[in-house]
Amino acid sequence: MTKLVSLPDAIRTHLHDGDLLYASGFTHLIPFAAAHEIIRQGITGLTLARATPDLIYDQMVAAGCARKLIFSYMGNPGVGSLRRLRAAIESGELAWEEYSHFGMISRLRAGASGLPFMPMKPTGAEDLASKNPQYRQVSDPYTGERVVVVPPLTPDVAIIHVQRADVQGNAQVWGILGEQQLAAFASQRVILTVEEIVDEAVIRSDPNRTVIPGMVVDAVCHVPYCAHPSYTQGYYDRDNDFYLAWDEISKTQESVQAYLDEWVYGLPDRQAYWEKLGPEVHERLQAGERLSQPVNYGEY
Amino acid sequence: MDSQHYNSQELMVVNAARLLKDHDVVFVGVGIPNLACNLAMRTHAPHLQMIYEAGVIGAQPARLPLSIGDPSLVTGATAVCSMYDIFSLYLQRGNVDVGFLGGAQIDQFGNINATVIGDYDHPKVRLPGSGGAMEIAAWANRCYIITPHQKRRFPARVDFHTSIGFLTGGDARASTGVRGGGPQAVVTDLGVLKPDQHGELVLAAMHPGVTYDVVAEHTGWPLKKAPDCQVTEPPTAEELRILRDELDPQRIYI
Repeated sequence: MTKLVSLPDAIRTHLHDGDLLYASGFTHLIPFAAAHEIIRQGITGLTLARATPDLIYDQMVAAGCARKLIFSYMGNPGVGSLRRLRAAIESGELAWEEYSHFGMISRLRAGASGLPFMPMKPTGAEDLASKNPQYRQVSDPYTGERVVVVPPLTPDVAIIHVQRADVQGNAQVWGILGEQQLAAFASQRVILTVEEIVDEAVIRSDPNRTVIPGMVVDAVCHVPYCAHPSYTQGYYDRDNDFYLAWDEISKTQESVQAYLDEWVYGLPDRQAYWEKLGPEVHERLQAGERLSQPVNYGEY
Repeated sequence: MDSQHYNSQELMVVNAARLLKDHDVVFVGVGIPNLACNLAMRTHAPHLQMIYEAGVIGAQPARLPLSIGDPSLVTGATAVCSMYDIFSLYLQRGNVDVGFLGGAQIDQFGNINATVIGDYDHPKVRLPGSGGAMEIAAWANRCYIITPHQKRRFPARVDFHTSIGFLTGGDARASTGVRGGGPQAVVTDLGVLKPDQHGELVLAAMHPGVTYDVVAEHTGWPLKKAPDCQVTEPPTAEELRILRDELDPQRIYI
């Protein structure tokens, strides 16, 4: 059965005001097109969870979609600060809940595995735990040693961008895998955005590359270039120029509003956005070609 | 710029690179640590293994990576794994020799604040937060910190323990049971600080032309000088050539 729907329909059906959203992807495969659609639909009151909020949540918070942030590193990767998030936190407008990367990912791991908590070795750095009561300590029942634990994170919705999937949502990913798989299994509903919809036979030709099985996917949306200004390994490069430009744009709420008016509200979809970027940007972001060696699965 | 002259960034990269050993497995960050690792690989440590928190092992980036998840880290790497796996199988399990750390504040005992200036609940300046730093500082065998030497960056006590060094000194770190050895050196543009037997950072080396008084003036606690305090060897022409011509020709970080 096909789960193929348009991105606006998938967002409308599965994401509601006040939901806990995990838009996944560690630097790689960040679903910006989905965030822009959420902004266009005027969804509000979201709790936004991501290890690295990145520009995607800076934009969503600036657009008024969120009431709370759950994160583990709030920076513009390789550039500096996420100015809108920082301003919203410093002014007290945005609630937040903070972890280290491993704490954050361990929460997803517990959620994805159906476990009551995940244990971690202590790090000796206890200031964060003193501010976030979700960090607890238990005693190891075998040795009596202290173990740090975090509870499951079970988002209402995960949005996950992948290189290719079939219409049932069997999804293949290569390059940086981040927390893609954990976010899919931890969440109640999963929206997949996909660079290329491929025949089921393509997926079956290389089953080891399937990271997310269709059984946990609710909607499959064909959205080429969804991840710009982040990237999709082998499809297009990270737009570092835009990450630098955002540092300027995000200096004031007014210039962010002008950006949103032009690039989000003023456009119907990702195709129009990609066309508006223009041939120079397309050229600059070409990925080139470096193919892997095929493997033999055998004929049995 | 010729090889007789070099800037602060080049001085820090070169001195950080010299701390790395051949066959070290290094948890790398972008910017200066990445340059230091690549310089070490092209000089005295050809078998260095670079791993990145994004889940890349044995990276050989063909270009200068501009973010921690740059696609060039993946192309040609020996392995890619999930973020959970990199933190558990590699870091928590004890498979990382060296971690690089930075932060807004580093204190007398090598504790780092990368979280907040002022009160946590009502931040004066909200900083990015831990990322991987909390676990790297605890579990890597050795940690190195690279930072410009300014008084505001070196307070006697940090406002917030994002990651630990030697806590309050003495056996405070050992009593937490963390497996890693903690910060082994802080490389700055003035010199190199190292922990003494009590875990207090003391001046272990000064760069050429720098005096103790200048370093002490830029440090927020009464800085002790190690009995065997050295002067660092200036960057060689070859080190500078590799940095400038091969690693960062656009001078993004140097």
